[in-house]
Amino acid sequence: MGKAIDAKNLNIYYSSFLAVEGVNMTIRPKTVTALIGPSGCGKSTFLRSINRMHEVIPGARVEGRLELDGKDLYGPGVDPVGVRRQIGMVFQRPNPFPTMSIYDNVIAGQRLNNKKMKKDATDDLVEQSLRGANLWNEVKDRLDKPGSSMSGGQQQRLCIARAIAVQPDVLLMDEPCSALDPISTLAIEDLINELKMDYTIVIVTHNMQQAARVSDFTGFFNIEGTGKPGHLVEMDETKTIFSQPKEKATEDYVSGRFG
Amino acid sequence: MSIDTERAQQEKVEPPPGPVSLVRAELPRWAPYGILVASLVVVGVLLAVTGGFSIGLFVFLSAVLFGLATYLVSRVVEGARKATDRLVTIVVTVAFLIALIPLISVVITVVTNGLARFDAAFFTQSMRGVGGANDLAGGGYHAIMGTLIITALAAVMSIPVGVLTAVYLVEYGSKSRLARAVTFFVDVMTGIPSIVAGLFSFALFALFFGPSIRLGFAGSVALSVLMIPVVVRSTEEMLKIVPNELREAAYALGTPKWRTILKVVIPTSIAGIASGITLAIARVIGETAPLLIAVGITTGLNLNPFANRMATLPVFAYYSYAAPGVPREPFIDRAWTSALVLIIIVLVLNLVARLVARVFAPKTR
Ligand SMILES: Nc1ncnc2c1ncn2[C@@H]1O[C@H](COP(=O)(O)OP(=O)(O)OP(=O)(O)O)[C@@H](O)[C@H]1O
Ligand SMILES: [Mg+2]
Repeated sequence: MGKAIDAKNLNIYYSSFLAVEGVNMTIRPKTVTALIGPSGCGKSTFLRSINRMHEVIPGARVEGRLELDGKDLYGPGVDPVGVRRQIGMVFQRPNPFPTMSIYDNVIAGQRLNNKKMKKDATDDLVEQSLRGANLWNEVKDRLDKPGSSMSGGQQQRLCIARAIAVQPDVLLMDEPCSALDPISTLAIEDLINELKMDYTIVIVTHNMQQAARVSDFTGFFNIEGTGKPGHLVEMDETKTIFSQPKEKATEDYVSGRFG
Repeated sequence: MSIDTERAQQEKVEPPPGPVSLVRAELPRWAPYGILVASLVVVGVLLAVTGGFSIGLFVFLSAVLFGLATYLVSRVVEGARKATDRLVTIVVTVAFLIALIPLISVVITVVTNGLARFDAAFFTQSMRGVGGANDLAGGGYHAIMGTLIITALAAVMSIPVGVLTAVYLVEYGSKSRLARAVTFFVDVMTGIPSIVAGLFSFALFALFFGPSIRLGFAGSVALSVLMIPVVVRSTEEMLKIVPNELREAAYALGTPKWRTILKVVIPTSIAGIASGITLAIARVIGETAPLLIAVGITTGLNLNPFANRMATLPVFAYYSYAAPGVPREPFIDRAWTSALVLIIIVLVLNLVARLVARVFAPKTR
């Protein structure tokens, strides 16, 4: 578990609109990488292209190479469904399945794909995933209740549990805390710190402190103006980005002097 | 100091116009009822004096007077906004009551006329050998079974076709040329007069079996033509309101698209789909014209939709009424009872639709 990601000259399009241009980025295994940058610069777009969720949108496509441990994710014959089993994703808004109980939500990856599992193996997986998401103690007595009966923060941790229950190599998170209170946010940040023992994590955030707290590396995306493509300005160790970035634009952004 | 700030200061000193109080004069709670009774009395007395009393005129004039009086009184006491509010409330209520009149009238007529033969014989006997000197009661058993069989067959054909079409339109088509064409033809089909569906089905079967063919199945095909567009439309609407986030959540777990549809999208919307289907069935179960053409009528029980004529409730009611035997009355009574049974079936289907929606709805507690 925990694989490296390599983007080489990645251009990402919505139909004819070039949303992100020329990204070269190396993400090391078992690290946390934060992606920061102003709204509309293509952070979500880039993140979604990593597990080929981008192409779910009609007309969306990608040029260039994206490698997972050296293997081209966009190569001929690569099945996007297989890619998504290895690269999990947590969305900005918690989205538990409303028709399923908490229990079933956690093992939704297995249930939806008709994986046959023994009852106690399933029980173990549910407990282990919920513990992994710091949620076990809160929900262990009501696993049969619907997933939508929880608070927003709990739902988001349920979604994280669901994502790690399929044991991916990489976990992508798109602003996972933007709808949460500081305490739930802290719980999730702690969780990210634990998860990086096993997973490669890429997280998009608008919160500089959060990026500084949880990430080992930070990539700064920027955009010249509306209608222009977003691009990766620089990527470095988080403390370098926040103390002595190479680019003026980065310094302006992280210090809050961004126009 | 600029003029603007000067003016702002002046305004601050002056109190805002009008009453500052939050409390406003209000009519007592019994006022609307009082005005209603007063209107009824006034109109009643006026009509009685002029001698032109009729119930329709009485109700109409009372309603008008009630509306006007309420508006004026409320306007004087409570002000224009409240008065308009009261007037609109009255107009909406009256419109609702007017809409109810035909419904209630139909139900009362059918129930009072239909109860005469709403007995065990109606549900156990057919019309074989009934009439003339024969003193058998006769009933609609054969027609009830015919209606149930033909409608069930129509549902069995329409539901898969309709639901799958809707799935294609929402999940796969997404504005492709084929999807737009399908949507267009579904819209056209929605507007097909039911007799055309019957003629289509009859012509289709006549092509193979000759023009004297009458078949329960032909009726099912005709009903399907009417039912499919309704199922497509309602299912489509239900699938559209499934949030995209749920689909993405499933994809992100490595679920193929077809499984996502089968296990996430459809279960999430099954309540709406099921009640839409039930309503579509209720819609076609009372169709008369297509069955008249494609199925015909018979006096005996025929449980095989693939051979010979069958009786159905609407057609049975039609023939009993249009071509009664001698004496007339028993036939007319049976026609009314058929109508009553049909209404009851539709009512039950509507209740089932609600139940289904409640049972399948995603739980939130
Ligand atoms: N579905 C879409 N179709 C077409 N264009 C899109 C779509 N989604 C995003 N875009 C465009 O792509 C560009 C990048 O958007 P993206 O959502 O990646 O920004 P972001 O960096 O995640 O912003 P935010 O911080 O606000 O989430 C924007 O110009 C946006 O308008
Ligand atoms: Mg975003």
